[in-house]
Amino acid sequence: MIRIENLHKSFGELEVLKGVSARIAPGETVCLIGSSGSGKTTLLRCLNLLEMPDSGEIWIGGQRITDPKVKKTDVRRETGMVFQHFNLFPHMTVIRNIMIAPIKVRGVSDGEALDIARHFLDKVGLSEKADNYPRQLSGGQQQRVAIARALAMKPQVMLFDEATSALDPEMTGEVIKVMKDLSGEGMTMVVVTHEMGFAREASNRIIFMADGAVAEFDAPGVIFNRPSNPATAAFLRSVIRM
Amino acid sequence: MVNWSLIWTEIPNLARGAGWTLFITFFSLMFGVAIGLCLAMLRLSRRWWLRLPASVYVEAVRGTPMLVQILLIWFGVFPMLGLNRAEAYYAGIAALALNSGAYLCEIFRGGIQSIDKGQREAALSLGMTETQVMAHVILPQALANALPAIGNEFVTLIKDSSLVSSIAVAELTYRAMLVAARRYEYFTMYIGIAIMYFAMTFATSRILARLEARLRKGSK
Repeated sequence: MIRIENLHKSFGELEVLKGVSARIAPGETVCLIGSSGSGKTTLLRCLNLLEMPDSGEIWIGGQRITDPKVKKTDVRRETGMVFQHFNLFPHMTVIRNIMIAPIKVRGVSDGEALDIARHFLDKVGLSEKADNYPRQLSGGQQQRVAIARALAMKPQVMLFDEATSALDPEMTGEVIKVMKDLSGEGMTMVVVTHEMGFAREASNRIIFMADGAVAEFDAPGVIFNRPSNPATAAFLRSVIRM
Repeated sequence: MVNWSLIWTEIPNLARGAGWTLFITFFSLMFGVAIGLCLAMLRLSRRWWLRLPASVYVEAVRGTPMLVQILLIWFGVFPMLGLNRAEAYYAGIAALALNSGAYLCEIFRGGIQSIDKGQREAALSLGMTETQVMAHVILPQALANALPAIGNEFVTLIKDSSLVSSIAVAELTYRAMLVAARRYEYFTMYIGIAIMYFAMTFATSRILARLEARLRKGSK
């Protein structure tokens, strides 16, 4: 589904990705963990070309998205992204937030977009909030709307960039639940997270990133119980103590 | 001091002048908004050869007197374009619009830049083109934020429009100048129109403040 080959990315002098390679199978949920500055968010943002890698290749669903001839908009409509700060459009109602991309990008009719939006809003359990504005919703609700907005484009892959980091602790659960459901339905997901519980329970495999490279890429049982890389063990000790 | 009977008899004349003042102000603002938006887009472009001319234009307009701009357009640019038979108020509106466009450009540019970059990224990540992001996500928010500043610009333009009297546009100030000179009643006429200008700007800013309050309540 996703193939990453020797990806490099620098911001000025700072080399953030130093030759990342990985393969992710269809339907797999892969968590990206690691300390801040390890390059996990940058790697995720390369997958929908919000960042252009300096070198290396990425294939998604057989398409080489790093091909300069490929249109970025074509790549992005197949990859949904959920952000740390939700980034809902504040001037639109919830239902409009979800409808806008199917209408403008996929070119579906207003009526069809409304059906799609209602379906996904129902899926995240917020049907009754359709006509509210984002600021009238709690953080957890806003993030669920953001997930519905991304799903409405019917992407092949969903990318989550610390989707629960900005939420109050009592609201992370509702978002995690939606993500787990999605994972259970076989959506291919790449999830940057600090939620070790989610990584352990919901992911098929975990990438531990350190210093711009993949330090370890294995099943959660292996990563959490018998990490082969001492850096992984040190990182897990530091986060799990919290 | 004030010759009230003169003011009384001149009311129809001055009212027509005030009507012209508002007419000129309104159209100048409309064109000014359009010009300002275009300039803001150019100034925010990634291409230097689009940014540069817009920046030069904005600096030139803001660095020269509006009176000179009005004279230049009516006596210099219009004849050059062969618009010898055009009405003077066309030149007045053109000058005011070109002038306020430069100021509005900066207002819009600030408004666009103040929108969180996460908005752009979210829209891009859904597959929107840069143009769609601007049209559906950034501009609606930026314009809503800029509404109070656009209202201020309207008030400023009401006052600045008096300068087009210099090219004999029959707005409020020009009519007062004619009557004052004919009747030697300078104090009466100028205090009279000062009060009228104040009434227009005060009423406008009150109405705008109320609209703004309602808009803010509606969006909460």
